[in-house]
Amino acid sequence: MLSIKGLHAKVEEKDILKGLDIEIKPGEVHAIMGPNGSGKSTLGNVLSGRPGYEATAGSVSFKGQDLLALDTEERARNGLFLAFQYPVEIPGVSNMEFLKVSVDAKRKYAGLPELSAVEFMKLARETSKRVNLDANFLKRGVNEGFSGGEKKRNEIMQMMLLEPDLCILDETDSGLDIDALQVVADGVNSMRDGKRSFIVVTHYQRLLDYIVPDYVHVLADGRIVKSGDKSLALELEAKGYSWLENGEG
Amino acid sequence: MTDFQQQALQLAAQQSSPHWLAALRATGADRWSSATWPTRKNEAWKYTSLLALQNDNPARWASVDNCAWQEAIDPIDVDATRLVFINGHFRPEHSHELPAGVVRFSEADAHQQQLIVRHLGKVMDSSQHLFGALSDAVAGEGVLIHVSRDQKLDKPVYVVNVSTPEAQPAMSSQRILVVLEDSTEAELIEHYVSGNEQQNLFVSSFTEVVVGNNAQIQHYRINLEQEDLLHVGGVHVDLHRDARFLGFTLAQGSRLKRIDYHVNHRGEGAHLGLNGVYLPRNKQLIDYHTNVEHRVPRCTTDEVFRGIIGDSAKAVFNGRIHIHQDAQKTLAEMSNRNLLTSPTAEINTKPELEIYADDVRCGHGATIAQLDETSIFYLQSRGVTRADAVRMLSFGFINELLNQVPEQAIQDYLRPRLTTLFGQQGGELGQMSYE
Repeated sequence: MLSIKGLHAKVEEKDILKGLDIEIKPGEVHAIMGPNGSGKSTLGNVLSGRPGYEATAGSVSFKGQDLLALDTEERARNGLFLAFQYPVEIPGVSNMEFLKVSVDAKRKYAGLPELSAVEFMKLARETSKRVNLDANFLKRGVNEGFSGGEKKRNEIMQMMLLEPDLCILDETDSGLDIDALQVVADGVNSMRDGKRSFIVVTHYQRLLDYIVPDYVHVLADGRIVKSGDKSLALELEAKGYSWLENGEG
Repeated sequence: MTDFQQQALQLAAQQSSPHWLAALRATGADRWSSATWPTRKNEAWKYTSLLALQNDNPARWASVDNCAWQEAIDPIDVDATRLVFINGHFRPEHSHELPAGVVRFSEADAHQQQLIVRHLGKVMDSSQHLFGALSDAVAGEGVLIHVSRDQKLDKPVYVVNVSTPEAQPAMSSQRILVVLEDSTEAELIEHYVSGNEQQNLFVSSFTEVVVGNNAQIQHYRINLEQEDLLHVGGVHVDLHRDARFLGFTLAQGSRLKRIDYHVNHRGEGAHLGLNGVYLPRNKQLIDYHTNVEHRVPRCTTDEVFRGIIGDSAKAVFNGRIHIHQDAQKTLAEMSNRNLLTSPTAEINTKPELEIYADDVRCGHGATIAQLDETSIFYLQSRGVTRADAVRMLSFGFINELLNQVPEQAIQDYLRPRLTTLFGQQGGELGQMSYE
């Protein structure tokens, strides 16, 4: 699904990723943990092609394609999805229109006809129920005046509608209470079908009680410094990150 | 005097008009002919050239046109009392029967004539507004909306001003007077519209509004005109104690379009809420000048104008708020935001706050910006192309104000036209209904 080899990236002339390797097969869930400033969010942004996040060395292959050669929208249409840590508020553009344009863009790319307004609205309403978001949110401006939890649930709803092959969740759990976390996790788990892969970027082990990963990687200073199974997350929770950063591990 | 000043006086002489407007016309003609023609050195016309008007120098009144107007233009589908003017001529066959309180000047009874004489050309100070003086000089037909204390208008008044093509440059004039007595309400929709053919028209349009104590007007002025047309007009308002003027205006089209809003807070507790949108493209020029005079304490002003300027178009926004010495406890906010979508587009924005009272809260902001890159990236990350993202965000920038328009019929009228303007795919954006 995704193969990252020796990835270096810089943001505003500062090297953030310094030789990152990761291999993700279809259906796998990989958690990436690490202290603040380790490059966790940079990874998601580089993979989705955010301007200002520049890959300077290494390669990223996504479904056999050179991911870094594609524009942001091409990556999305190819099945890459980034759930934002801080979803953007766009007043004046209704959530419904935004979602329909996105879904149609992807369908068009796949050679499918656009959905009619009626078909789409039915689909959007059903999906909003799955993430426990009132259908009224569809009428409002994109994320406009949404609470933190509502924004994150809106991200998961987009993910459900776009049915990506690889989902990157960038600190989706930050700022969520347990109830909201449960909804988000249920949404993610309902999309685990043995083929779809996930990268779950998080600072806290708590999320991984709900979304159980196949692998846990620790990112420090732009590199994966330790990999293991879900028990590694518990170890990190107990011991913190410093034992790894200080090279004591 | 310029050729155009002389020409306009001849146009005035060609008209027949009611004798009771003679004094107004004479004063107007006097001020018009004695005024020094403004150049770019005049602050009020610094960024807006009148050369197009001087060159056209319209020598005749626009003709009566028996066009199938609903084919020429698509009216707003609103449940309202409609008056249709084509090239400045009233078209009874397209208009509704008028309720008590709404009358054309030519049909006004003695009492209504007195009312017109008392207020017309008085809310607007034609010594300060050159084109107001012209409008006074050619005053004749017009619309009076007068709501007296024991009256109520059941429906909004919808005045449609249609322009149709002329072979030679011609002029048309519209005049509206609204007088709301204490604690009454009215809704007025002024719609200036033309087809896409070259018009050869200069449109003059002035509206005066007197809002009595605790009275309220919801006012709309929608200007969607062909881009060759010339249009100079104004909306002049007197607000008395606790009176409210809630306005929305939108402008698109015209080589020269200048619209002034001049609002006087004359009674304590009065409120002005005014939202405006201008969308010039190609070589169009749209100039909004707003001037709010806070003369008395405890009045509020909330003014928001947004523009998107494309291609080689030009826009001017001059927003003045003048808080007189006695106007303590004033609350005034003004915001003007602009998006330039082309390197050759131009905006001249000038917020002017003049404050002579010490206990007031006042704020203004003017920005000229590109679209937010993070928002563009967010849309792209969902598969939307950059070009579509730019269109969606531009539309959203305006749609925010459109969403606040209380009259749903106007939202429904404008949204598809604006989406077409922004070249949305299939025009679907913003039109989705949720039922």
